[in-house]
Amino acid sequence: MSRALKIFALTALLASSNAHAVEPGEKLADPAQEARARAIASELRCLVCQNQSIDDSDAPLAKDLRMLLREQIRKGASDREARDYIVARYGDFVLLRPPFKPETLLLWGAPLIALAGGALALWAAYRRRKVAAAPAALSEAERAKLRALGVEGPDEARE
Amino acid sequence: MIVETGHFALILAFVLALAQAVIPFAGARLGDGALMRVARPTALMQFLLVALAYGALTYAHVVSDFSLVNVIENSHSSKPLIYKISGVWGNHEGSMLLWVLVLSLCGALIALFSSAMPAKLRADTLSVQGLLGAAFLLFILLTSNPFARVSPAPWQGQDLNPILQDPGLAIHPPLLYLGYVGFSIVFSFAAAALIGGRIDAAWARFARPWTLFAWISLTLGIAMGSYWAYYTLGWGGFWFWDPVENASLMPWIAGTALVHSAAVMEKREALKVWTIFLSILAFSLSLLGTFLVRSGVLTSVHAFASDPERGVFILAILVFFIGGALALFALRAGALPVGGLFAPISREGALVLNNLLLTTCCATVVIGTLYPLALEAITGEKISVGAPFFNTVLIPIALPLALLMPIGQMLAWKRGDLSAALARLRVAFGVGVAALAAFGALWGAPYLSVVAAAVAVYLVVGALSDLAQRANARATGARAALARFLGLPLSVYGTAFAHAGMGLTLLGLAATGWGVENITTMRVGDYVDVGPYKIGLEEMAARAGPNYSESYAVMAVRSNGQTVARIEPAKRFYPARKTARTEAGIVTLGLGQVYAALGEAHDDGSIDARLYYKPLVTLIWIGALVMALGGAFSLADRRLRIGVARRAAAPALPQAAE
Repeated sequence: MSRALKIFALTALLASSNAHAVEPGEKLADPAQEARARAIASELRCLVCQNQSIDDSDAPLAKDLRMLLREQIRKGASDREARDYIVARYGDFVLLRPPFKPETLLLWGAPLIALAGGALALWAAYRRRKVAAAPAALSEAERAKLRALGVEGPDEARE
Repeated sequence: MIVETGHFALILAFVLALAQAVIPFAGARLGDGALMRVARPTALMQFLLVALAYGALTYAHVVSDFSLVNVIENSHSSKPLIYKISGVWGNHEGSMLLWVLVLSLCGALIALFSSAMPAKLRADTLSVQGLLGAAFLLFILLTSNPFARVSPAPWQGQDLNPILQDPGLAIHPPLLYLGYVGFSIVFSFAAAALIGGRIDAAWARFARPWTLFAWISLTLGIAMGSYWAYYTLGWGGFWFWDPVENASLMPWIAGTALVHSAAVMEKREALKVWTIFLSILAFSLSLLGTFLVRSGVLTSVHAFASDPERGVFILAILVFFIGGALALFALRAGALPVGGLFAPISREGALVLNNLLLTTCCATVVIGTLYPLALEAITGEKISVGAPFFNTVLIPIALPLALLMPIGQMLAWKRGDLSAALARLRVAFGVGVAALAAFGALWGAPYLSVVAAAVAVYLVVGALSDLAQRANARATGARAALARFLGLPLSVYGTAFAHAGMGLTLLGLAATGWGVENITTMRVGDYVDVGPYKIGLEEMAARAGPNYSESYAVMAVRSNGQTVARIEPAKRFYPARKTARTEAGIVTLGLGQVYAALGEAHDDGSIDARLYYKPLVTLIWIGALVMALGGAFSLADRRLRIGVARRAAAPALPQAAE
């Protein structure tokens, strides 16, 4: 058993680089503050990882950022102030939700543009089809022929 | 020798693919039947040769032939056999070879199951497929040769990345590629139809089974990959909006739109141009995905190595095929005849709306994925587009789409009656509202979860009530209703199951909002609360695996004082690569799961643990299975069965109205 425990400790030590994300020791004492920190952290990018938030990442830098963030919150910073504190140091790249600004207008507008463009194209196609599909009106000669046969023209019949 | 044979087979396959691209195409232009008939044997032979090459590489991995660079870099003699086999595609060269294997398999499938097709269409289709094969075979031969030797050979390999040493890797990529690359069949069909200039309902009848086949595989492949991430990465995340994941999601969304628009085309001869466009789009997005993953434009948690110079080659392939297909489309689409007419409120109208919303989702994912790359290339500015962005913009499109799905299902073809359709959904609306109240009272915040879960329940009930009503519409008794129920066309079951599956997945996704997490430090004997359960640390120990050592903890999951399950989260250390991975301890209780992962061990004998209770989480993947089952029902429908097209097209008996 003691040998097993030794191996356990050894493996755990060797494997410690793979410790996961938020560690118990990092947590803030106040659960409300901790919850806020988690929410903010989940939208901040771990800069050395690909597409992981600092909340999910086990990289040392992510840990540093988590500590930095929590320190701000413990000092009484608002969510916005705490986030801005990090952004001021690492730039917009750290935000997983890109900020609204001229460069990201097309990005945030993408769904609306796609939806509006698609709807417009549909409407145009529908109009075109309706025009193309509408049966040509009867000529006066054809109407006369119909009347001669004792049939009323389609326009009158619809009344 | 075997390895060189494989290499030679690959070169031969390339030459054959060129022949397959050129000869049948010329035959179709000259109206020469003999030249067109070359397509079939070359397609079959090309597949056999690529399979031979693939087999040779697998052989080298299995016998640990360390004179191959590919084997050295990705294998180790002590690696278990299953990972020696699956490790073949756990690296760039091998996975490209698998890609081409699936591509040539698709060509062989067309060759085998297209006897009912017009000779010209078939020749052109296989010709396009051959051209695709030639391009990617050349890519492998020139930039990604898996058969490169090295001398002197080292006595041991560097092993496969431990994260990839998992049963998930054995299943996920082949399924994903079947879907991804499966869309090449529809792409070739579309290109051939544009070349030939003839597009009708028969075309849709040929193309739709292959679309469904690719869609089913891709659905299962994505679901498998997401579950793999869920249990491997150690905190229960299953989707990260990572570009590599988006690469598979984009063709899936386009393919979903295609399955629906092809249905309209086949049934009503409408939406022809659009269906052809989607056929091109689905595979184009697969190519785009391949480019993103294989070019080294991004590197991500999906730990395949990449090489930037390869990127240019794939980009050239991408531009050639997408550009070529779109140019052909622009040239020919205007000349296509206008199809059947329909009122805006009709099944067709609903499917058009479905396509509008799905393409919007697809465009959003494409732009969100490419935007950071484009912005950095143009201005040098780096931004991140992550999960918060995608969730914010896609949920407002996806939820209304889910609301509309059962309504579309209830509308008649050509001209529908909206109020009648809504009336038929009374029960679904009622159950949805009840679910809203129940979820709100039971679990409460976050409210998005409550709303999404209620929509999901409505979607499931709505999808199934179509089946129930068709059976009972004029029922005289239970027996008659049952007979009618069993006699419904399989495609009706297909729609109902696919939609219900989507509802189940949505319910599982919504329920993630109600998950409970407890991150804590534990000692042996400690019990902590995790949602409705108590989890206790009973024992910590160590053991050795075939090519790793692991330390594990035995945890008891208790409910009302009773131990209902034991889980063993572990941390593994792989000495060959000196890397570690965590093994989560997971137990499924009902539809939810308890999930535990180990963190750092401390000197005083305590250990950090991350414990989760995830209610209804299994529904995410069960839903995907049900969706795939729905696809399988549709595929099995007599109308669509591969090869029956000619018989179905023959002047038929009067058909019973659906």
